[in-house]
Amino acid sequence: MRTEHLCRALVADSPSRPLSPRQSFGIALVLAGASAVGLFVAALGPRPQVFGLLFGEPRFAFKVAAAGLLAASSFVLALRLVVPGADRHRAIILVACVPVLVAVADFVELVAVPPPDWGRKLVGANALLCLASIPLLAAAPLAAILLAMRAGAPENPTVAGATAGLLAGGIGATLYAIHCVDDSPLFVSVWYSLAIAMVVATGAVCGSRCLRW
Amino acid sequence: VRGNERELEWSLLMRAANAGDAASYSDLLRQLTPALRALARRGLVRAGLAATDAEDVVQDTLLAIHLKRATWDETAPISPWVFAIARHKMIDVLRRRGRRIEVPIEDFTDVLAAGDEAPSLIVSDVDRHLDALPDRQRKVVRLVAVDGSSIDEASAKLAMTKGAVRVALHRGLAKLAARFRMDEI
Repeated sequence: MRTEHLCRALVADSPSRPLSPRQSFGIALVLAGASAVGLFVAALGPRPQVFGLLFGEPRFAFKVAAAGLLAASSFVLALRLVVPGADRHRAIILVACVPVLVAVADFVELVAVPPPDWGRKLVGANALLCLASIPLLAAAPLAAILLAMRAGAPENPTVAGATAGLLAGGIGATLYAIHCVDDSPLFVSVWYSLAIAMVVATGAVCGSRCLRW
Repeated sequence: VRGNERELEWSLLMRAANAGDAASYSDLLRQLTPALRALARRGLVRAGLAATDAEDVVQDTLLAIHLKRATWDETAPISPWVFAIARHKMIDVLRRRGRRIEVPIEDFTDVLAAGDEAPSLIVSDVDRHLDALPDRQRKVVRLVAVDGSSIDEASAKLAMTKGAVRVALHRGLAKLAARFRMDEI
């Protein structure tokens, strides 16, 4: 088949309107959010007086905000990764802000808390629940986001899959943060990171297989 | 200056195409083809491969541009988007051929004008992949592409509804792209 023949077929197919990344990501986020919130409400639920804590307990507010910022910034990056040739520098910087903020919070916590209490703050009460809950809450969002990415054109499927994992992990972490009583940044930087890393690894593996185009 | 003109022209055509103007889309593809062909030839020759495979790369790239056209943001420049897709497909081909070659993006910013004439193909990848399509899809793609039938004509010839012809055409093209991807030769 000559190339101009192929072009003829492409032109004849031009009334088909594929979803733009914004549209497919929008649908995915609605589905992801609904399923994750549903699971969260059914299985965990928010802490008592969650709104009071949000304004009265800075550690609680910080961990929810940090997890939310991770979700929001990795959403921006994910959206850019599925557009060939798009500039990703600013999105990457935005994502990188999250670990920097957590590191600063860790430093402040180490100054504010006497050394004998460091271990107790770091291990907390819910480490295992955290490790299990975040990936479980993130599972449906990860599937929805990977599906949305298939409509896009990620130049590096593994990196795109990992970013889908970061976004799904961020959604899971935000919800879990609303439930968990361990508010210390020390707890967050160890256990949340580990839990999110599992989701990122899963996303990278799935992405390398299902996001090629 | 030539790059700017090309950028302006391509993005105008693509915007018109997105708004439903098939003639602009046809124009755009006709303008993209020689640019993609020059890139493919240069990429293959640099990797020590025969430039005769270039047309397969061009067709694979055009299919990808078509199927992924919704990823172009109308407010962004179009040439970086086109060249990123071309580069992605080039790397894919080199990887399939077992070459580990870095393709620097600068290669794709200026396009060779020479050597962009259409080659005469005997049996191309796309023909092989076409043969592997389900019956109806293959017939529709052949009628529309090779015979130049319109959707209406194809629908009359194959006794299918126009909707069914459109669906078969779209699925056929998507499957062709998938077969390019799975190709291990």
